[in-house]
Formats: sequence, C-alpha cells, structure tokens
Amino acid sequence: MSKKHYFSFATLVLFSLILAACAPAGGATEAPADTGAEPPAATSADTGADTGEVAPQVAAQGEILQRVLDRGTLVCGVHTELPGFGYLDEAGNNLGFDIDLCRAVAAAVLGDPTATEFVPITAADRGPVLQTAEVDLVPRNMTWTAKRDAEWGNFTIVMFYDGQGFMVRADSGIQSLEDMNGAAICVTSGTTTESNLANVFADAGLEYEAVIFEETGVVYSTYDEGRCDVATSDKSQLAAVRTGLANPDDHVILDVTISKEPLTPAVPHGDDTWFDTVKIVMYALINAEELGVTQANVEEMKSSENGAIRTLLGAGDDWGYTQLGLDADALARAIAAVGNYGEIYNRYMGPDGLSFTLPRALNELWSNGGLIYAPPVR
Amino acid sequence: MSKVKQIPFYRDERYLSAAAQVVSGLLVVALLWWLGVNFVRAAEARNLSLSFGFLDRPAGFPISDPAIPYTTNDSFGYAFLVGVLNTLRVAVAGVVAATVLGTMVALARLSSNWLLSKIALAFIEFHRNIPLLVLLFIWYFTVFRELPAVGESIVLPGPIYLNQRGVYFTWPRLIETGWVFAAGLVLGILASIALWNILRARRELTGKKTYFVEVSIAALFVFPLVGWILSGGEPFRFDVPSLQGFNIRGGLRLTPEFAGLFVALVTYTAAFIAEVVRSGIQAVDRGQLEAARALGLSGFHVMSFVIFPQALRVIIPPMISQYLNLTKNTSLALAIGYQELFSVGKIAINQAGRAVPVFLMVMAVYLMISLITALVLNLYNRRIQFVTR
Repeated sequence: MSKKHYFSFATLVLFSLILAACAPAGGATEAPADTGAEPPAATSADTGADTGEVAPQVAAQGEILQRVLDRGTLVCGVHTELPGFGYLDEAGNNLGFDIDLCRAVAAAVLGDPTATEFVPITAADRGPVLQTAEVDLVPRNMTWTAKRDAEWGNFTIVMFYDGQGFMVRADSGIQSLEDMNGAAICVTSGTTTESNLANVFADAGLEYEAVIFEETGVVYSTYDEGRCDVATSDKSQLAAVRTGLANPDDHVILDVTISKEPLTPAVPHGDDTWFDTVKIVMYALINAEELGVTQANVEEMKSSENGAIRTLLGAGDDWGYTQLGLDADALARAIAAVGNYGEIYNRYMGPDGLSFTLPRALNELWSNGGLIYAPPVR
Repeated sequence: MSKVKQIPFYRDERYLSAAAQVVSGLLVVALLWWLGVNFVRAAEARNLSLSFGFLDRPAGFPISDPAIPYTTNDSFGYAFLVGVLNTLRVAVAGVVAATVLGTMVALARLSSNWLLSKIALAFIEFHRNIPLLVLLFIWYFTVFRELPAVGESIVLPGPIYLNQRGVYFTWPRLIETGWVFAAGLVLGILASIALWNILRARRELTGKKTYFVEVSIAALFVFPLVGWILSGGEPFRFDVPSLQGFNIRGGLRLTPEFAGLFVALVTYTAAFIAEVVRSGIQAVDRGQLEAARALGLSGFHVMSFVIFPQALRVIIPPMISQYLNLTKNTSLALAIGYQELFSVGKIAINQAGRAVPVFLMVMAVYLMISLITALVLNLYNRRIQFVTR
C-alpha cells in the first residue's frame, strides 16, 4: 500500500475515534472522553442515553421575563410563509394569527405591541430554539404533544384546534380513507403529519406511495401538477393552500380527520413566571371575547358593571399582576393592541379574512359549541 | 583515550527532523482533542443529546421509494440504512451511465465529423456551465413532473411508459428457480475472465497456441446454458408494464424523483468526464498514433491497444474526483424529494431530535463511501501506471 492509502485509512480511523469519543453509545456511563480531562461535565449527556431525555432546565425562575424587560423587545420564533398564521405582507411586515399572539404578549409585558423581534424558524428548528431558550416565545403553528412538552418546553394553552385532513381533486372520486388505497400522497417532511399519515394507513391496512418534500411550496405545486392524488396536512393549511392553487374549485378537502393537532404557543422550560404570564395573556384574549370586550370598546368597558370585566381590564381586583410584577392594565393593553380571540381569528380566517375563510368549528367559544375555553379571571 | 568528535544530537539533522515530526504530530492530536472536548462541552451546554440510543427505536416516518422493503415500524437505524442504499443505488447507476455517456461524448468531440464534434461541444459547454441544482430543477420540475397523466401515457417501443407517476420499463424477472441461471451467468463471466488470463499468460510464456479467445467465449456461454437447462427451461419472464385501471402495473418503475435526479447527475457529470477523457486521449503522444497506423493496425485496434491504455493513466486520477463528486452531489436530491441518505437523515433529526449524532453519521457515511471509492480506484490506478525501473 502506498502512503496515500495509509493516509486515507488514518483519516478513517481518526474519524471513527472522534465519533466514538463524542458518543457514549448504548447507555454507557463512561465520560465522553475517557482520560478524565473534564470530570464535572461528563455525566449530563449520559443519563438520557436510552430512556429519552430528562427535560433540562435551561432558564432560571424569572429569568426570561427579566430579560424581555431588560431588552425591551420580545423575541418570537415564527412562521413567515404560512398564510393565516404567520406570513409577510407586501411591505415585508409579519402578520397572521400567531403573530398577533406574540404582539399581545409584547403589549401586555412591554406596553408596546411593536416591541417585538420576529425570528423566522423552520418546523425542524422549533425544538432546538426552545431547548436552548434562544427565543422567548414560539407561536409557530406548533402541535402540542406530550413528547414535545417533555422534551422541548412548556406549552401554554391551545389557541387553535386543528386536525390533519386530505385534499383531493374533486373528480378523483376519493371520499374516504379506504378510497386512497394505493394513492400517491404528497406530504411535508419533518412534521407530525408525516408520521400520522404512516400510522393511520398502517392501522387501516392500506398502502400508499409517499412523495415527500421539505419545502411546503413544492409539496402543493407537485400535487397541483398531478404527481400526487392526495395532499395531506393540517386542515387549516390545506384551506390556506387551496385558495392559491390554479383552480381552487377543482379541489376538495375531505371530511376525514385523522389526527388531533392542537396548535399551541410554547415557552422554554424553567421560568414559571414567564410561563404564567404568557398563559394569562392568552386567557385574557379568550375571556375578552366571552365577555364582549373588543379592541374598540376596551376603554369604556373599564367602567363596566360586570366585575369580571373590570378585573380583566385592571380596573377592579388584582388579576395576578402584583405577583407577576406587571401593570394593572397589561391585559387591557393586549386586547387594545390585537383585539379579542374572535377578532384575531376573523381578521385572518373569518368570512372577510385577509388570508382565507375557514369556519370556526372547534375554534368557537365553548359557549357556542366549540372548544375554546379559558379559566375565569378570578 | 581519543574521543571521536560527534555532532551533538540537538544539531543532528536526523534527530531534529524526527523531533519536528513528533512535535507537529502531538500538536495535531492536541488540536483534535481540544476540538472534540470543546464540541462535547458546547453540545452539553445547549442540551443537545449526543447519544445514539434512538437508533433502535421505531422510526415512524415513511420513506418514498425505498431500495429495500421498509415499513414505519422499522428502527431509525434501519431507516438510515435505507437512506444509504438509496444513495448508493443512484450513485452506482449514475457512475456507470455517466462513464459510458461521457466517453461517447468525448469520442464524438474528437471525431472528424464537424457536426458531431460541435454537438458534443455544445453538450459539454451547456452542462458544465450550469449549476447542478438548476439542471436538477429543470429535469424534475419541467420534464418528469410535467409528463402526461397516467391515462395519456407516452408509450415508447419496448414497451416503455412515460407519465407523471414515473417511467416504466419492460424488465426480465427471475422465476423461482431462476437463480440457477443467474448463478450460471455469473460463473460463466468469472470463468471466462479467469480462462482468458490463464491461457493467455501460458501462451505468452510458452508460445504455444492455447485458443484463449475461443475457450473463454465458450465458457461465457456454456455455464449460463447449463443454468438455463437446470432451472427448467425458462428462468426469467419479461415483466411487461400495462395500463390497468388508473395505474400502470408491472414492469420496472423509476419514480419521477429518481429519474430526474439520475438524468441530471448523469448528464452533468458526463460533461466533465467527456473533458477528462478527451484530455487523456489528446495527452497521448501523436507519434504513438502515427506509429500504430504505420504498423497497419485498424482504427479500432489503434484505439483499444495503443491509445486508450496510455490515455487511461492520465484519465483515472481526475476520473476519481468526478465519481466522488457525483456521489456527494446525490445529496442535492433533497430539493426534489428523492429520499437518499441526507433527506432521511434530516427527517430523522426532526423526528428523533438528535441533530448532532445524525449529522456525524451522515458525514461518516459520505466519508467512507468516498474513501473506499478512492482507495479502489487508486489501487487500479497503480496497476496501470508505467512501471519504471
């Protein structure tokens, strides 16, 4: 063997050594580098080896709230390409349902709904940015699952009940799951959608050809060209996309719903005060709708005869602001900034919504037969 | 007692150079060590798990067009293997096809036929000067995805069906006892190569006629024939694709994603290979060609016995990098939904939440594929080089 080959082999060997050094595989409890150069840091990566992760505490109590106040801006990880939830207008401004949730929190905590910094993140980034507490809040069309709750961060409350559905061509004759046996199905990679699809089809004993893309746009253009019989995603996303297809009326969204997708803003683990603050702002948006408080009538409602309304708007009892260290009218500011839950929904997805029209269905208030429900103010 | 005057070791060039080697070696090791420790510490500070325990767990995500049977209940490790095989499948097929096409284009480029030569030139310049990703998009988004629907498939003789669900070829499939024939075929090829080498060596040694051409050709046919008879007369059947209902059934199917990636990789790499081959052929001294002609060799003999063996010595080294490029370029398949190693890796990162281990595995696999390819071709390269004494 020539020298060159020895070099190749040496590189190979070296690389595998590095690999081995970095990887305490199979639950071994030895330190990552076994000469003991770094004794204290060695154990934390090992404990999670086989059993799944022990959720780490990345932020200390009060730390995130404090850094938001110090910084004077709220950093949100958001979508920038999903009509209705998080997208950009012609001027490049972020807007959407999720964006308004971020603005509501900024208005409550900092007194200014524009004191926000939007960080565009991909579906795959959501876990890491929460785990490392790189952002303060992630309202990004994110499904709450037990696993993510344990591994990623604290999920606040469900702000949008979605479910995975299917879009097909109206003339395809597909009406049920069984009709899709053998169909080619376009799906985005790295989503819960992808694994739900696999599970449901396996359980039903049906076969399908998965056509998988990373870019959401490519998924639907490929479906539109006819490469796939079916496109699958959350129903809200399908509704959003359908309006942008060449001939929207040629496509139908089936009644079949194969999963629960509770879309929920989340915060990093560790700071309970911050977790509570975000939750209370979300509750306030929902309670405002229930109590008839709107963006327009916030000020006059402060003198309402209803005690719950006065408390909510900071003109009555303490709703918890003393404990959280916020202003009494923090929630009133949030409502004044973006409106109540119903107003936010209708702004983007209502009958004259900016993005598309999607019946509220499960996202009606509980008093109207939906699932949107918030704990009382006091 | 006379003392021989010696150079002290610290001024002895041999000691000094050895010491320099040791010191620089230690520095490299220390640097790598520092990088490794730093890496582990940084990963821990960010709560990124470095364990590989997830490899045994069910993957739970689908893979389109797997090279081996795959279900979502299979483990992450197995899903990763499927990704590796999907990469190898397109890389191996791509290397073979690009070599054949590239050589043909190079010969056309060198041809004395003006039109042929200019067409080859246009092919080379077009493909060399467009980024591969753009070619990939052209082939996938504007060709394979835009083919007609299944009902209106383009049918080529064969029959080959072309539609937006893929390309369907007529393909021989072995029946149950067909492996006997397949084994006979492989044995026949091996035996014929072995006989050729042995008998030819004996003739060169002894000068006796050994009929090596006739014997090895006979071997090439006898073994498969025996296999054919043993397997019961009809070892394989042609699986002919046909339109049934809304879909094409039977035949060998290439998905549009595979076809798009394959064609783009092959045409792109073939353009580079054509230039490599052309330069190799032109590097052979013109005197060799003239001498071969003067001996009265035919055009084919001049090429295959005089020019090509010498050109190979120039061709092989740059060819290795073209093969490695093609293999690594398969990772661009991510953009058009062909699920090779990198796409599968990226999905695994998302579903298992293990960015660092998966990236290390992906890098290790690419590195190993590249090093093994380079090793094999370098060994071959050594064999065909001039033996200088």
